[in-house]
This record gives sequence, C-alpha cells and structure tokens, in this order.
Amino acid sequence: MQFGNVLDERTNENALRFFFHLIKNRSDYWLDIIPAYTSVTLIYNVTSVRTRSSNAFSSVKQEIEQALHACDWNQQLPSRKVTIPVCYHSQLGLDIARMAEEKKTSESELINLHTQRTYRVFMIGFLPGFAYMGTVDKQLATPRLAQPRTNVPAGSVGVAGEQTGIYPLDSPGGWNIVGRTPLKLFDAQRTDPVLLQPGDVVQFVSISRKEFDGFSLANFNPVQS
Amino acid sequence: MSVSIVRSGLLDVVQDGGRWGHQHEGINPGGAMDVVAMEVANALTGNAPSEAVIEMCFPAATLRFNQSACIALSGADFGALANGKPVPVHHTIMVPANTELTFAKNVRGAFAYLSVRGGFAIASWLGSKSTNLKAKAGAFGRALRAGDNLTFNAPQPEVSDMQIFPWSVANDFYYGTEIRCITGPEFDWLDEASWDAIVTSSFKLTSLSDRMGYRFESGPLKKNTTDELLSSAVMRGTVQLLPSGQIICLMADHQTTGGYPRILQVIGVDLPKLAQRRAHESVTFRLISLEEAEALWMEHCRLMGQIQSACRLKLKTILG
Repeated sequence: MQFGNVLDERTNENALRFFFHLIKNRSDYWLDIIPAYTSVTLIYNVTSVRTRSSNAFSSVKQEIEQALHACDWNQQLPSRKVTIPVCYHSQLGLDIARMAEEKKTSESELINLHTQRTYRVFMIGFLPGFAYMGTVDKQLATPRLAQPRTNVPAGSVGVAGEQTGIYPLDSPGGWNIVGRTPLKLFDAQRTDPVLLQPGDVVQFVSISRKEFDGFSLANFNPVQS
Repeated sequence: MSVSIVRSGLLDVVQDGGRWGHQHEGINPGGAMDVVAMEVANALTGNAPSEAVIEMCFPAATLRFNQSACIALSGADFGALANGKPVPVHHTIMVPANTELTFAKNVRGAFAYLSVRGGFAIASWLGSKSTNLKAKAGAFGRALRAGDNLTFNAPQPEVSDMQIFPWSVANDFYYGTEIRCITGPEFDWLDEASWDAIVTSSFKLTSLSDRMGYRFESGPLKKNTTDELLSSAVMRGTVQLLPSGQIICLMADHQTTGGYPRILQVIGVDLPKLAQRRAHESVTFRLISLEEAEALWMEHCRLMGQIQSACRLKLKTILG
C-alpha cells in the first residue's frame, strides 16, 4: 500500500496509522506487516489464504481495501515516548567537530539543535532495530559521508540529510556521527530485542562523558507509553 | 546423542523455515537458502517440513556422529563420504556411532542440507532456530566451528553398519536455469529496451553473491525516469536495479527495506532453483502473471505434501 511518494511527516503518519490498524486487526495468515516512509507492505502466507479462497491475492487485496475503509485516519498515533541519553563528546561524536566547523557554529549549538525537538520513528530498516527518525533542524541537516566508515560502533547517533538514527550494531555506515548512547538499541537477550518501534517519538538528552561511562542500564527505563 | 563439528567449512549454519513477524523491527526472516531442499531432508527423516537443519557451502564441514543416527542429505551434491564410503543425496541413511561425514567434491549446487531425525536440541529465538549472522542471534549466533556439538532432540535407531534406504526423492528436483518472475512495483521505471533485455538476455551470477543477495552481470539496464525510490520493504526474491545498471536478487539474509527500484520478484517456486546456482553460472528470467505464480505455488505445495506422506509411510515400515 502506497500512501504517497515524497517523504513528509503527514504521509508517514498515514502509513503508520494503517500499520497500527493492521496490527490491531491482524489475521493469522499474515506473516509480516512492514511500514516504511510512505508505504505499508503485507507479507501473507499464500497456502493458508488458499484454504479459504481460490485466489489468495484478490482475497487479501479485498481485505486490505476494507481495512483502508475501516481505518480511522483522524486518530492520534498510539506513540510511545522514548528518552535516549546521548554523550556528544567529540571522542564519541566522531563528526561533530567537523560539522560545527563546516557550519561555522559551535558543537554546543549542534547539541542544542539535536536535543531541542522530538523525532518520529518513520520506519525501521537496514539493520535489526535501526530507526530512521526525523526531521532534524535544517541547520543540523548534513549529507551522508562521501566515504562511508568501515565500522561505526553500536550506539552511535548519526545524522544523514534531515534524518537522524542510531546504529544498533557495529556496522559499516555513512551517517555523520554526532554522539553515542549507552542504551542498547538491539539486544538479542532481551524479551523485546529491539528498543525503538515504528511510530515512537524520541527525545535525545545530552549526558556528559562521565555519565556515559558510569551509565547504569538497569536503573534507566527509556520508554514511557 | 549428538553430532560434532570436527572441522569447519566455508559457512555452515543452522537454519529452519525462517523467523516471521519481526520485519517491522528490521529483523529479517532468514532461514534456509533452498527451502525445498530443507523440506526434502526433513521429509526423509520424518521431521516437520521446517525443522532446523545444518546448511553447508563448499568446502563443507567434517562432522562426527557420536551415536547412531537417522539422517538425510539434500540440496547440493558435495560428494559426501561416511567413513570414506560414498553416500547419496536425497536418501534416508542410518549411520552407526563414530561415523565421520566428509564432503569431497563440489559436484553440483551451492547449498547442501543435513537433517537428523527429530531435529536438534536448539532453543528458538523469536520463534525460529535460524542463525541470524548479522544480529549474532538464533541457534549458535554464528557459523558452526570445530568443537561445536549439536545434540539430537530424539533418541535414534541403533545400527552397527551404515544403511542406505533404497528409495529416494528425485535428485534433479528443481534444477534448471529458467527463473520465473512477476513484475516488481518499479518495473515500469525501466526503459523499453531494458524490458526486452530482461526476458531475452542471460544473466551471469557474479562471485559477489552470498546469503544476502545474488548479483548478476549483464548489459546495463536503464531507468526511464530520474525518480528516486524512498526506502520500502523488500523480500527474498526481490530483484533490485542498482545505480550501475546491474541487478541483484535479494536472498535469505536480505535487509528488510531498500531504496533501489524493485523491478522483478522471483516466484517462490523458483527461489530454491536460483539459490542452487553458483558464481559464473547463467540464468534467464521469464515473466509470468501473479495468477500463474499462485497456481504454480499451490501445485508445488501439493507435490511437497505427496513427498512428505510417501516418506512418512516408508519410514513407518522401517522404523515402526
């Protein structure tokens, strides 16, 4: 289902609204419901749908059309608020000094810009738990690195264009790294391995290097629903 | 009751039917590259179709059965030897304790599977025993290596000599080079010459192919638009057009979303066939309708059902 083809927050909200509607009314033969910037993709089990219908695609399509009709497009998104502490020290924010220089501003001004507003999780992709969020202040927006890094440490908070995101795992990557969070965006051992979910509203909070080093995951609950 | 890895191979991983329901979190389904081969191996040992198996590439691991076991090999033929004696692909086999299984020769295909009756005692992660190499989770969370021990779920029949049961599932099952596809959401982003090229050219698989995706070499395909795609969901079998004009078919370990135009979608029935192609082999693509794809899938399910019940019956007469 395509809700548009340009990225704006309204279009993404519609995609997310439909995602939540499908989650709530999920059929047992739907395997996956995947929201993206302006679309929602439904993966279904052809074999199971065919036990009830002679054409799986047209049967699922009909259901989707009914769901599009039934979905409340004026409803508030059921967004969780997630607070993410970030240390913007230039030892962890590998690109923040360069960005400040390029933009003829200070690192603390960039930190203010990054923490002064909340961001919507538009979609998750690329890596397990990698949240694409936005949109950042125009002054903070920075194109991707021409030469991606071969390894960006897990927890690195990046900016790419008008988007911001967090690397859940050590990975190659081309986003401008402004800081690092002590939180684990992905932890296979947790009941819910992935911290951020599509639709979440994220607030970054600046912490010092000392707070980062001594951070206790056990005493911090990032999610308020 | 276990099998041990004596020597590791290029990439030996535990896989099953895949991990569904987590793609909105960026966690891909993964699972066996050749799902049919996995299902055949499981049918031959009397398991549920999607039970966890060991998937191997060539050169494959050397394994040692510490007790007797009822096993089957399927998919690629790597010239398997049990204590030096050849063992065929697609047969039910009983091996005695202390059997060493080696793979001597890359005869055909790319992914071989080993199933054991009852499966392996491995905890599920998010509902699946598949190894997710990127997340370092599921099964061993990594490729198998020397010293790893995989315990069996079920007691095995005792034998003192190897027995190869005389019946088998056809060995040339699903081999071929014609890959059928339906059009992808951005198929009409291609110019007309590229539409022709898709169905008339052959596409050579490059060595930059792995569990994440198969890259092909061909004359470059062209877009008829300067539009860029916003990242959207992709799946196994999605054929993307890269900026270079070359194409990649996403395989089991694909990312959950991607920003390249999705020009084709390989049909489920032909994905195993594609998975078993090796680097430098060529394939051709044929476009079919969604209705045909669905009909082929149902026919495939019927055939798999027949194989499963035939194997169940045969196993019952032998194992009781």
